Amino acid sequence: MSSPTPVLTEQLKIVIVGHVDHGKSTFVGRLFHDTGRLPEGKLEQLQKIAERRGVPFEWANLMDALQSERDQNITIDTAQIWFHTAKRQYVIIDAPGHKEFLKNMITGAANAEAALLLIDANEGIQENSRRHGYLLHLLGIRQVAVLVNKMDLQGYSQERFRQIEADYREWLKTIGLEPKFFVPIAAKHGDNIASLSRQMPWWNGPTVLEVLDEFTVSELPNAQPLRFPVQDVYRFDDRRILAGRVESGTLKVGDRLLFSPNNKVSTVRTIERWNAPAGNQATAGESVGITLTEQIFVERGAIATLETAPPYELTRFKARLFWLGRNPFRKGKTYKLKLATQEVECEINAIDKVIDASTLETVSRGSDQVCVGRHEVAELSLHTKRPVAFDLHSEIVSTGRFVIVDGFDVSGGGIIVEDNYPRRTADSLHKSENIYWSEGKVTPRQRALLHGHAGYVVWLTGLSGAGKSTIAGELERRLFNLGRHAYVLDGDKIRHGLCSDLGFSPEDRKENIRRVGEVAKLFADAGLICITAFISPYRSDRALVRSILPAGKFVEVYVNAPLEVCEQRDPKGLYAKARAKEIKEFTGVSAPYENPPQPEVELRTDQLSVSESVAKILEHLQIQDADSAITI
Amino acid sequence: MDSLSKLENQSIYILREAFHKFDHLAMLWSIGKDSTVLLWLARKAFFGHVPFPLVHVDTTYKIPSMIEYRDRLVREWKLQLVVGKNEPVLVSGVTYPDGKATRVECCGTLKKDALKQVLDQHHFTGVIVGVRRDEEPTRAKERYFSPRDKNMEWNVEDQPPELWDQFKTDFKKGTHIRIHPLLHWTELNVWEYIERENIPVIPLYFANGQDERYRSLGCAPCTFPIKSKARTVREIVEELRQTRTPERSGRAQDKESEDAFEKLRRDGYM
Repeated sequence: MSSPTPVLTEQLKIVIVGHVDHGKSTFVGRLFHDTGRLPEGKLEQLQKIAERRGVPFEWANLMDALQSERDQNITIDTAQIWFHTAKRQYVIIDAPGHKEFLKNMITGAANAEAALLLIDANEGIQENSRRHGYLLHLLGIRQVAVLVNKMDLQGYSQERFRQIEADYREWLKTIGLEPKFFVPIAAKHGDNIASLSRQMPWWNGPTVLEVLDEFTVSELPNAQPLRFPVQDVYRFDDRRILAGRVESGTLKVGDRLLFSPNNKVSTVRTIERWNAPAGNQATAGESVGITLTEQIFVERGAIATLETAPPYELTRFKARLFWLGRNPFRKGKTYKLKLATQEVECEINAIDKVIDASTLETVSRGSDQVCVGRHEVAELSLHTKRPVAFDLHSEIVSTGRFVIVDGFDVSGGGIIVEDNYPRRTADSLHKSENIYWSEGKVTPRQRALLHGHAGYVVWLTGLSGAGKSTIAGELERRLFNLGRHAYVLDGDKIRHGLCSDLGFSPEDRKENIRRVGEVAKLFADAGLICITAFISPYRSDRALVRSILPAGKFVEVYVNAPLEVCEQRDPKGLYAKARAKEIKEFTGVSAPYENPPQPEVELRTDQLSVSESVAKILEHLQIQDADSAITI
Repeated sequence: MDSLSKLENQSIYILREAFHKFDHLAMLWSIGKDSTVLLWLARKAFFGHVPFPLVHVDTTYKIPSMIEYRDRLVREWKLQLVVGKNEPVLVSGVTYPDGKATRVECCGTLKKDALKQVLDQHHFTGVIVGVRRDEEPTRAKERYFSPRDKNMEWNVEDQPPELWDQFKTDFKKGTHIRIHPLLHWTELNVWEYIERENIPVIPLYFANGQDERYRSLGCAPCTFPIKSKARTVREIVEELRQTRTPERSGRAQDKESEDAFEKLRRDGYM
């Protein structure tokens, strides 16, 4: 069957997985022998060695190159070996089946596009048959064929084969994996590997070789959104070149690029290559360099995308993770996260679930899940010190997965899964450069003279439903009618633009309020009466805003109505949802509200009308309200 | 993208990772086809430049034309070259050609120990090496970023996981990392690439008047030519498509015992 290597442009990487001793290395040795791909003299050499050592010849010795592997008859580390069919070239990745060497199995499988999973017909489905199946799925390998091996030990029984097929199919179904084929084989004797076995007349195919050719080579993600992680910045021959690999999409000269996470924008001037035509575009998988028209500060870790399709950029995300480290992955400890070319410190935010991948059972560690142990899989959320640019693994693979480094060692890997991540809008992408603080030539006093009043921040705080927005709107209208310059900073407007990257975690709420405070301060500085209406439940957050404003310019208004009243009003139906636990961390129900100890104004809105409330604020601002007689 | 370009792009990515991560980086250059292709790939990765020194471990038993070829490329490609030699052993004459050491012992001192001396002397923490998985079975188990301890030893039973092009780039002081950007190439790929890129290789690879050529280059006393009529790169590519003879069949030190080569590599051989 030996044939010369044809000129093949297609290559497929296949990993061989399964439980220890189910015959993976033996299968690979036999596959090579039966397709005439063993190097000349190799078989004789291995036979001679076995004879000299007084042990039976093992096909596995072809792959198990280490003395310690041959001594113990197990595969310790993954190995790669090449062979071809008439259709294409294959890289066969042999992976160890022993649990101890799971990190080597992952190393092998992470590189593969398809997998052959071996199950011993005699022993049936074992711990690692299941664990490997689960991990293949987690690693994103969707093309799987199951080889039921050692059929000779079961008298080539069709019944036994069908039973294993049915059982294992059932298991794979629970994890969402559907194998393309099940094939009964006896690797040691070559049954159904390169040709159909006479021992199993009931099997009409396919053979393993036919199965291999049925797999498809995945296409490069050229059609997906552009992701160009900057790997390094070089200065060669008076050019500043950003080096990187196009992970997905197509990069073209003239493309306007957004660099996340620092949100700089520039345009591709040239695409750089050496000893090849420069060309005006680069596609997925190409390691190239680019120069830009406008020089901006960009360093390794930035991800260039088109402005129209940016990645998420957050400090928190949900992931499914497998842990390989000797020490558990612990809450409260800082680790290094590597995602594309980004590196950032991270911590576990919360562990939702720890799973034993061989049983799919939840691992229970008492009431508080504090760590993920070696070889376990977990669903968790991670918190990073700085914002990370990422995508969902289900959408863009290369920027949707990461590894965790513990000390000196890569100790775990994960894929980013869906959650309610806020998407950045076009508004939020316009960033200014050359930021500096300018005093300007117009003084606050001059502005006050022109406007006829000084600038203020009127900060309404209180429970949802207490009446903040209503009062804010009415106050703005009243001030406007009085010829005062007033403006309401509305929560929804802010959430859609300025703060569209923020969620509703305590940290994100804090940041939301900080930004609102900064904007309100600028408005007040411009001489406006800026009215805000945010629950702003935390004293410390409100104190922060107060601290950035001149004395007397921050008017804290406590819009106070009892919880029962607010809940009865429930204008947005939010209390009902919070009670039904559809909303987590809802202020007053499942999250605290810290009332202001000394507000400038307190409004008991269960006792005051809207106009009475507005009048009290105007009174504090010492604004004569001629209009107050004509109430609504 | 054709498969050769895929290999090339992956190697460039690895070279750039190495250059970013290691302040004291060097590349081993044996003058053979693989490390010369690697050198070419470095020029691709760094836009015509080679921004780190090349280390040639000179046993002084190399075939003389290899040294001529080396010095010519150093001049033409403006390379920084560091030559490492195990002078004390060469002076003492405890070598295989002098009949005072076995082949494996000789490789151990003149290549492995000489390498360690150069690394220690220059404090290199990252060493780029042109080994490939298809060369021989222990290399088939290598990582792209492969740690070596302070004695250069390779702990093959406990290698780091390597996934999604995230490599081991954090390491203890005193240890170093071997970087293998050609790991995923086959011998045939190397020649196909030499043909595509028109890379100058040393003429010892081409068949001479006696229909003999070197398929793998090492020291003169331990490296033997194979029977071949291939006189051009094209003919070598065609020959390799037909052959089932292993690449290192002309390298005597591999064959001293069943695990001779594995032991050498565990101790820090390339």
